[in-house]
Amino acid sequence: MDRLAFEVAHMLAATLVLLSFVQLYQDRLPALINTFALHAFALAASVAWQAYIQEAPHLYVTAAIALAFKGLIVPVALHRIVRRLGIHREIETVVGIGLTMLVGIALVALSMIVMLRVTTGADPLARQDLAFALAVVLLGLLLMVSRRNAVSQVVGFMSMENGLVLAASAAQGMPLVVEISIAFSILIALIVIGIFLFRIRERFDTVDVQALDLHRGERG
Amino acid sequence: MNAPFGNPLLLVLALPLAAAALLAFLPDYRFASRLSVVASFLTLAAAASLFATDLPSHGAYLLVDELNIVFIVLNTFVAFTTSVFSAGYIGHELATGRLTPAYLRFYHAMYQLLVFAMNLALVANNIGLMWVAIEIATLTTVLMVGIYRTHEALEAAWKYFILGSVGIALALFGTILVYMAAQPVVGEGADAMVWSVLVKHVAAFDPALLNVAFVFLLLGYGTKVGLVPLHAWLPDAHAEGPTPISAVLSGLLLNVALYALLRFKMLLAGNAGAIAPGPLLVAMGLASLVFAAFMLYRRSDVKRFFAYSSIEHMGIMAFAFGMGGPLANFAGLLHMVMHSLTKSAIFYAVGYVAQVKKSQKIADIGGLTATHPWLGWGLVIGVVAIAGLPPLGIFMSEFLLVSSTFAREPWLALLLVAGILVAFGALLLRLNGLAFGEPRGGVARSEMSFAPLYAHLALVAIAGVWLPAPLVAWFDYVAGLLG
Repeated sequence: MDRLAFEVAHMLAATLVLLSFVQLYQDRLPALINTFALHAFALAASVAWQAYIQEAPHLYVTAAIALAFKGLIVPVALHRIVRRLGIHREIETVVGIGLTMLVGIALVALSMIVMLRVTTGADPLARQDLAFALAVVLLGLLLMVSRRNAVSQVVGFMSMENGLVLAASAAQGMPLVVEISIAFSILIALIVIGIFLFRIRERFDTVDVQALDLHRGERG
Repeated sequence: MNAPFGNPLLLVLALPLAAAALLAFLPDYRFASRLSVVASFLTLAAAASLFATDLPSHGAYLLVDELNIVFIVLNTFVAFTTSVFSAGYIGHELATGRLTPAYLRFYHAMYQLLVFAMNLALVANNIGLMWVAIEIATLTTVLMVGIYRTHEALEAAWKYFILGSVGIALALFGTILVYMAAQPVVGEGADAMVWSVLVKHVAAFDPALLNVAFVFLLLGYGTKVGLVPLHAWLPDAHAEGPTPISAVLSGLLLNVALYALLRFKMLLAGNAGAIAPGPLLVAMGLASLVFAAFMLYRRSDVKRFFAYSSIEHMGIMAFAFGMGGPLANFAGLLHMVMHSLTKSAIFYAVGYVAQVKKSQKIADIGGLTATHPWLGWGLVIGVVAIAGLPPLGIFMSEFLLVSSTFAREPWLALLLVAGILVAFGALLLRLNGLAFGEPRGGVARSEMSFAPLYAHLALVAIAGVWLPAPLVAWFDYVAGLLG
């Protein structure tokens, strides 16, 4: 394994984890969406680098999807939704930012311990990337559970999915990566369209997911 | 793809897909619903003809073996009867103005697409393809749960969407890890995701990686099975969508997710160093059973009530397959078939009940056997069956499971029996209010077709007293495969 290739891949994957942390402490929606766009750019760079060092041209397609769809189209659409609904105000968080960050650090440590221990047989590049990918997935999940607003939940879901694409691109020679990233893009497009459907003011109030709890048990 | 089995297998996939494409462009809804019924029937016929092929046989992407053929035939059968039920039910929704013809066209097309996706998940020989198929199935059901566009329906669809997507994402991570485990042994490329290849080589995989992979797969597909504590989407999705979709969700989609879990369980069983997945399934199954049994008492919406009952029964199945061994696996398979038939029958009845009473609240419904004898007694038989009373089919499977568990793990058997009894009490309590006593709610008639309802109940009743010998032999064999 070429030393430089390894270090660059390592750095790009670590950038994703770092940006996941940056997402965790964003307390305003527009800033959160911008951070997510950066996240998608970092993913595109990372996947393109994997395509280059693995000599797997199909991964360039995945990188292009990440760049164009998740880096540009979705953020622009989300910005429009946020502007239309006039929800530039602060994001409500379930627990404080400090506590969320601490939990995030614990999750990263957990994923390092678990993945590095179980992948001793795998090649070092895939090992690192899988560990980072799991960290990104868990941080995305944390973002989803610590926010109540639907838009930030979607951002959390998408950064979780970025982690999955990172893992899939790091698994050498994995088939169906492009197909899976397309399938995910469809899923995300539907989620965003779903938010558009909720756009009507009074409906959007219920997209504050806490209101869903009202219906958990019974209806009036 | 080798020719001898290729044809019926491809038909099982191509028929619903072609029907979905056709239905999307058909403006006449009466004709559309008839076409949907015909397509479902032909799919069922194609599925049944799979029995005549050599088993097991597999290509690069598709696979038929003794295990999935049971699922496919059950899937296409219930899909067929539900399409018959849909035709009448959805027509009534149109008459009352809850749906417009445009939505109806969408509904039938989506229904066939869902059948296609479920069949694809069942016959997929590639774990990546299986994942994609389950994702498509999730998306189509999300769209149908939200079809009424009411406040509650949109909320239920949204919740299902978010939780389902998280589950799907976790399952994908598990799938990638399985590939990582296979890659050093099988080599890079598509072969390392082909199930039949994986099973052959699994003994040489890294057990630690397989363990972690299974945890993710259990969480991911377990969400789709509706196992506690990942069940939160299930009651809402059942209660707010159209009733035929509730029937298909409970009767089929949960099974498909369980099938995915079983495949990976079989994979892990082939590796001596990997954890035994059984105890994990037993724990989650018992938790689902006991939790749902107690939750049944607090329901006041009739569809939500039966949704919790589905969680309970999926728990029993997970428990049975987790216990493993020929007898428990046999009970699990039988229970799955009986539950699919009974629960979809109950939802057929509940759908009509909600239409004549114009309400889903238990408090608004009463004395059904007096006002609507056919409907009321159909519901009574269904609930008696689902509660596990003899001589109906579910009694058989629960009895087998309980007795085999008592012989091996008496303490677990006690918990199992306790859970079943708690649920039994809730079911009979609610049934009493729904079916007997002072009639409450509307007495309107609607033209209903009871054929699907009573066909299912008849099958369940027959299975309770007599199982054909070839079927028993088949299940015995599959139970052996499951390990």
